[in-house]
Amino acid sequence: MDLPRLEAILSRYEGESWDLIPVLQDIQDAYSYLPKDELQVVSERLNVPMTQIYSVATFFKMFSLLPKGKHQIKVCLGTTCHLRGGGRVVESLSHRLGVEVGYTTKDMQFSLETVGCLGSCAQAPVMMVDDKYFGRSTVDKVPKILKLYK
Amino acid sequence: MVWKISDETAYDTLGEEVHLTINGVTIRAPQDQSLLVTARQNGFEIPTLCYHRDLPSEGHCRLCVVEIGEHPRTQIVNSCTYPTQAGLVVQTHSETVLQARRMVLELLLARTPKAKLIQEMAAAHGVYESRFKTDDPEELCILCGLCVRTCREVVGVSAISMKGRTPDKQVATPFMEKSSACIGCGSCAFVCPNNVIPYTEKEGIRTIWGRDFELQPCNVCGNYIAPKYQLEHWAKITGDPVENFFVCKDCR
Ligand code: SF4
Ligand code: FES
Ligand code: FES
Repeated sequence: MDLPRLEAILSRYEGESWDLIPVLQDIQDAYSYLPKDELQVVSERLNVPMTQIYSVATFFKMFSLLPKGKHQIKVCLGTTCHLRGGGRVVESLSHRLGVEVGYTTKDMQFSLETVGCLGSCAQAPVMMVDDKYFGRSTVDKVPKILKLYK
Repeated sequence: MVWKISDETAYDTLGEEVHLTINGVTIRAPQDQSLLVTARQNGFEIPTLCYHRDLPSEGHCRLCVVEIGEHPRTQIVNSCTYPTQAGLVVQTHSETVLQARRMVLELLLARTPKAKLIQEMAAAHGVYESRFKTDDPEELCILCGLCVRTCREVVGVSAISMKGRTPDKQVATPFMEKSSACIGCGSCAFVCPNNVIPYTEKEGIRTIWGRDFELQPCNVCGNYIAPKYQLEHWAKITGDPVENFFVCKDCR
């Protein structure tokens, strides 16, 4: 385990139990997932039992206990996007990447997931790759979008 | 260390006495005590599934709902987590309340169609079948969290917690692995209203949450007392040598 890397994250906080979620968010950002050994250290430092950490880590969609790919693809299935064909976009991505929703491609390049409303309903259907939004991302645009990241 | 997430006022610390009305009767009760306790102390029965007097209320089952406020501005709240306040007007058996409880039971019946307790409670409220879809006909867990709270608050260990979110929520050990925190006491299995948590005992070994625990026989009669780990846990919290616990309570 890379302790200094984790220390750098922990040192930004007071070490109180209510720092748990921000600490987990920082670990998720830095590691692209929540490694078990790191969580053990977090448990000791913040004085929060592992059970509570596991509950929180499995409750929120933004956390993952398995390593994620280099790029995170999020397809919106909020009400508007759902009606405007978000489902077909997911299918197409899943098919092209050869990976099911919630999983990561074998080459660790892409993780595919679906999310609730991304707040850009006027652009529906919307998908995101990492921090970038792609509005009106119909099925025929999927290959073009993927190409940008390959 | 026992880690509490509950609001203390939700259950024990008693405030000064205030007046409120329940089902039209004016009563006096300590402020901030839960409405559930206030109602029960005054003879108004409210059904519950996830409440236990020795545990902090977390409001999981919603069977304990009551109606507060005056028509037409009333509100449905969990009585187990709602504090007693001066001037509160409470209905424990209004039509709205009964309808809400029937709905809760109907949903629970769909979740755990084979659970005896749920069948009985539902029947007592006139609910015999559910309009909702059953995912797993063998499911027995109602996610009341009594096991999780008992382990954390009474045993003081916290070996299990809720994993994930509905509809896949379940009680689990961290990472679904053998828990290193578990002392094998079996309190979770004991408190569970639906006997969901499996554990076995044979040839001096208790197996629970996927882990085997060696049972300690009594130094006098030879009957098994409890898992060695549990006795060591007792020794640690009491500060007594662990050998003190190697005689069962019948032989003391
Ligand atoms: S296992 Fe039993 S005690 Fe624990 S949440 Fe489920 S029904 Fe409640
Ligand atoms: S529903 Fe997709 S952005 Fe709102
Ligand atoms: S007893 Fe109040 S919500 Fe379960």
